[in-house]
This record gives sequence, C-alpha cells and structure tokens, in this order.
Amino acid sequence: MSVNTVPCTVKPTVTLQIGDAETDSSRPGVYVIDVTLPIGQTVNIQEISFKNYYTAYVSVRLLRRDGEGAAKWATCLRNHCLMPSPHTEEGSQDYCSVYRQQMLIEPDNVTSVRLILRQPSSAWLNFSVEDIKIHPCLNEDSEWDIPDWLSDLTQVDQLCDLQGLPDPQTVSCSIQQMWALTEVMQTNQTTASIGRFDVDGCYDINLLSFT
Amino acid sequence: MMDEGTELSLTIAQIVQRLKATHLHSQIERQAKECLHRPEIQLESLKEDVRNFLKASGWERKLQNAVYRELHVQPLPSHPAAPPEHAKEPLAYMRKAQVNWEKRILKSLNSMCTELGVPLARKRPAVEQKELTNKWNEMGTDEPDLSRFRPVYAPKDFLEVLISLRNPNHDSSEEASAKSHWGLIQVPLHDRDIPQMREAYSELSLTTGQLGIDDHTHVPPDLFESEHTGIGKKVVNEQDSAAAQQYSRQGCPTGLRADLWALILNSTNEPEDVMHYEQLKAGVIHHDLLVDNLIYKDVKLTASNDDYYFVFEDFLYQVLLCFSRDTAVLEHFSYNSATPPKSYIQGKVGVEEFAVVYPPNGVIPFHGFSMYVAPLCFLYNEPSKLYSVFREMYVRYFFRLHSVSSSTSGIVSLCLQFERLLQTHLPQLFYHLREIGAQPLRIAFKWMVRAFSGYLSTDQLLLLWDRILGYDSLEIVAVLAAAVFAFRAENLMEVTSLTSAEVSVPFTEATGRPRRPFNSEGHAPHSDLPVRHCHLRT
Repeated sequence: MSVNTVPCTVKPTVTLQIGDAETDSSRPGVYVIDVTLPIGQTVNIQEISFKNYYTAYVSVRLLRRDGEGAAKWATCLRNHCLMPSPHTEEGSQDYCSVYRQQMLIEPDNVTSVRLILRQPSSAWLNFSVEDIKIHPCLNEDSEWDIPDWLSDLTQVDQLCDLQGLPDPQTVSCSIQQMWALTEVMQTNQTTASIGRFDVDGCYDINLLSFT
Repeated sequence: MMDEGTELSLTIAQIVQRLKATHLHSQIERQAKECLHRPEIQLESLKEDVRNFLKASGWERKLQNAVYRELHVQPLPSHPAAPPEHAKEPLAYMRKAQVNWEKRILKSLNSMCTELGVPLARKRPAVEQKELTNKWNEMGTDEPDLSRFRPVYAPKDFLEVLISLRNPNHDSSEEASAKSHWGLIQVPLHDRDIPQMREAYSELSLTTGQLGIDDHTHVPPDLFESEHTGIGKKVVNEQDSAAAQQYSRQGCPTGLRADLWALILNSTNEPEDVMHYEQLKAGVIHHDLLVDNLIYKDVKLTASNDDYYFVFEDFLYQVLLCFSRDTAVLEHFSYNSATPPKSYIQGKVGVEEFAVVYPPNGVIPFHGFSMYVAPLCFLYNEPSKLYSVFREMYVRYFFRLHSVSSSTSGIVSLCLQFERLLQTHLPQLFYHLREIGAQPLRIAFKWMVRAFSGYLSTDQLLLLWDRILGYDSLEIVAVLAAAVFAFRAENLMEVTSLTSAEVSVPFTEATGRPRRPFNSEGHAPHSDLPVRHCHLRT
C-alpha cells in the first residue's frame, strides 16, 4: 500500500457506442480512459487505485515497452467486477485498487494504462472512475550508502578521570532501562476514554452549533 | 478491495488495539502471572502450559467472546484512500441527506431552548442533587410540568425525509415500466428476494423446530422443546457467544433468554460495569439536561400508557437518563452515518478547548425511543445489567432504525425490502392500497422503526428479537411487516381509506383474541396525549 504515486495525465473519456453519438438517444455503456506517463518514462506498477462512480465492470490494458523499445498493448485485467448488482447501489461509490498480484501479466515498463469501463444498466445517468492513481513498485534492495563520518565514530574505551562522578557504564545501563520502561508505558497506553463529558466540571450549554 | 492477507492482519491489529484497553486484558495478564506458581506449569514449555491453563480455566473463552463482539461492531477495514466519512456511509447523497436532517433537528432543539428559556444543560444546585439522589428509585412518581416540551421529532417526520431521498445519478423517468417501484422509497438499494432469504434463514424453514410455534401446549415437548432447552442450558454453561447466537435463531426459552442475550452481546456485569453505571448516575445527579425532559415526556407518552410496560417506568428513567451521559456510546459513530451534535460551553463558540458533545452520548431521543428499552425490563431487573444490555443492542442494531444510510440493516433498506416484497408477492393488495391513498409503508413504518416494540405482545416481541440477535440483522423486521400484510390481505382488500386500513391490521395474541386496535398515531385509544404536534417544523 504505497503512498507515493507516479505523475501521469488522465486523458478525457472516450465513449464507445454503436451508432451516431449525437443522434442516438440511449446513453453509452462503455467508456475508455487513457492514463499516460510523461514521454520517455516507464513504470513498474504495484497498484492502480481509483474511486468508483457507478462503473460496474472495469478492464485494464497496458502499453508496455519490451526489450527492443517497441510498445505493445496487453490486457492485464478482464471484466473486474466493481458492482455485484449493476442496477443497485452496492459498490457504486467505493474506493478500489487493482494490485500487481491480480494482474494477468507483469505490469513492468508500462508507458500507458487504458481503463475500459462498462455499465450495462440503464438505471444510471452517468458513470466513470475518479482520482486515478498509479503506484510504482518500491525498490526492495535500495541500500542507502552509509555516510563516511558514521564509520569514523569510535567507541571511547579510555575513561577520563571521574572525580566522584558515577561510572558511565552503569549510568548508561540504567538510562537504557528507563528508556525501555517508557517504551513499555507508551505501547500500553490505553485508548479507553475516561468518560468525562464536561470540561473542568463545567457543562453549561445554551445552544447547539452547526458547522 | 485489498488483498485478503493485508485485510486480515489489519483487522487483527485493530481488534488487539481495542482489546488492550479493556479490563479483560489486565485480568488475563494477572491470571497468566498467577498461574506461574502452579505445579503443572513447566519452564521448558511455558508458553504452551500457560495457554492450556487459560483454556481450561475459561479465560480463553472469555477472550473469544470479546473478539467475537469486536467483529460485530467493527466496520470492515477500508481502503487507505477512503476518508472516515466513507466508513460511516459510502454514498454521498445519503450523507448529505443525513446532514440536512440533523441540521433540522438541531435547529428545532435550539428554538425549543430559546422559546422555553431553558438551557440545554446546567449544573444542578446541591439541594436539587440531594433531592434527586433520594428520589432515584421512584422518579416516576414525579409529575413535572412537561406540557411545554414537545418531542423533537416523530417517526412520521423521519419517513418524509426518507421518501424524499433521491440519487442524483439515478434515471427516474416517469414512464411506468416493468421496473417501476410502486412504493414510497425511490432509491435503488440492493435487497434479497425470497429464494435468497430462504437460504440465508434456513433455520426458520418449515421443517425446523421453532420456539413460539413448536412449544405450544398441545405439542408434546419431546418433539422439540425439551431437546432445544437442553441444548440451551449447555450453551449457557459453556459461556460461548458464537454458539449462543446460533442457538438463538430457533428462539430462546424464557428461563434462559436473559443469560443467552447477555452472552450474545458479551454484556457482563462485573464490578467495573457496575462502577461505570454508578459514574453515569453521578453524571445525571450533577447535571440537568434539556434532553432529560424529552425522555420524561417520551416515557410518559408511550411506555407509561402501555399495558405491558407501565410497571417499568422507573427503570426506564434509570436507564435512559444514564444512557444520555455515556460517552462510550460515541464510539459507534465511526460506523453510524449520523454525527453527534456539538456545542461550546460558556458561550465560547469556536474555541476548541471548550467544545463538547451534546448530549454526552450524541443521541437525541425521538418520540418512541423509550420503547427500545421497555421490553428488556422483562429480562433484567438489575439496573446496571439492564443498562449494559440495552446499550449494546443500541450500538449494534437500534441506531440503524433512525439514521439515513445504505446499510442492509438500515431503515431505508428495510422500507424498500418491505415494499418490494409486497409488490412482488401481493401485487393486487399493493395496487388496491395505493388507489385508496393508503401507501402500505405509511402503516408499517412505525412498526419497523420501533422493531415492533409496543405493537406485538411482549412474548412475541422477544421471540422476534431472538432472531434479530441470532442473524445479526434487522432484515427480518421488514419480512415480518410484509407477512402481517399478507396475513391480513383479505381484510385489507375491503378497506376504502387509510384510517380503516390502519384499524384492519391489529395483531392477535396466541389465543386468537384481537388486541386493542390502534388509532392513526399508533396509541391505545385511552391515551389522552396524542402526539399530533411535534416540535420539528419543516
């Protein structure tokens, strides 16, 4: 569930319907949305997330660049159901994600994503998906380089003259214990409320407020 | 929409987080520490031995019950991009309708305050506090002047809100067609048809024994009743929540019902529950709320007028006044589409340190609210136990009956389910009632909002609530409402107006004698306080 997303452009929706779009009175049941990355960029997709708005089924196709640099379209998700019962509200406004593991092909080196939305029911005036976001794969073996100065730190073995001060080793031990205790206290903090509804004993209210 | 593994771990993490805050957690910890002295606990197999001990001593079962309870009230883990309001209610137009409805209620409450010159809340002077403490067990004998107070709203006001619900994206062209809905609810929510419900409610099939039917005096008990009661006793002994819920689907024997319901709801009466109740009682003594007057008025108008419940009047005050002070109820607003009303003390509007919730539990009672508590008085006579069971029933089920939401147990779904069942299976009756201006929902709505409390005799009502608990859903309330119409279909085909339709659907007791008929407000005729004027203005 990565929070970072890849910047991309969502093209305007294209309708697919039989007959002349202008004279035909029935509403289209298929929309196509293209999401493209900036030219030259490719992405390995971890997740595609969006918010549904009355779309019943979604298919996803990817334009992938192969080794030779040629681009080919392939289907990675076929008729994924977003609304179990297209005439009724269930799932109509849910937040959804399509994960890498659900896809039929490896979503690597992708330059463009095409979402094909279908809504067979005539009950709805409009349907689409909103807030489309593409989440790239996180690099698993990203080793950060340790800065040089960290490795220059050495342990102080020689103790300087203490002059009545306590032994640093015992002090650091007890500090460690105290730190461990505070960690335990923090994790044990209860989420239960105390149950007080007043503020410092005062609960004089005159009017309710609407925000 | 998330993959199953992540969803499961999230759920587990949420439940662990919540249970860590409970008394059960510290009790189990203490038990685990104390059992180390026992001879059967070996150092080499410490973890296993402690686990076995907790299992044998019943603590694992208590933990299971607590987890089972959390699963009931926790909303499903939501998508990370989803805002919290989406968990309350996924559909934007329903959220909007709920917000507008709440605004009307708040305006109404505010204007009542200003008109009557009564503050929403004030601290009681010491003399008054002492008086109330002395009178705690007999608040019913008080006859305060409640004539100036009016209920904030009645179910019929809420019905008008539901009727006007519209999805802006729904194509509701006016031409009649096969998919036209004849009823008042015009939102396209999903509901189950009879074949699907037959599968889901398989324990209610004609071939399965039921308490309420197969335990009548003329049926020999060894056919069903004795065995079922024996199983019930075992379930209570085992103290298993999940088993109790499953058992309840065929009805609970009267003698075991109190224990079984407490098990299903995981409602305990430990010292800390009693202490919590005492804390709430102190809250009632210290502060006087305007909402208290609304509660008094409601009890006087409804439960006190009811043949079955008037004896419990004092209990009702003791439960409902404390309920208003219980901030633990605020937790359920994470999955309730409603939002608790807000205010500022000492007039410091906008200053967050002085912001409070009003009433402390965030729930403004409406006309008939006390009827949610009344039937429980037959089961529990200790106020703290009665309170504990009622609160759990409210945060699991009753709150859905008076808020606008798309939930399958919500009142909107119940109304739609009722109308669809009627249109599919009794089309002639539905058509006839429509023609005479008696839309069936206008008759059945008040039954469903109260989950039939006050409209069924108590023994029948408790059998209905057995199934609500057993199936963890209010859907059965809609089915019962449709069944009543089916039962009275012949009579109803002959009526010619809404009022005569209302009178034609009295419920009969087991003996076959009709109960008292209802006037159009749903009150017994000897009630001299008809609720025609509610304070809510359109």
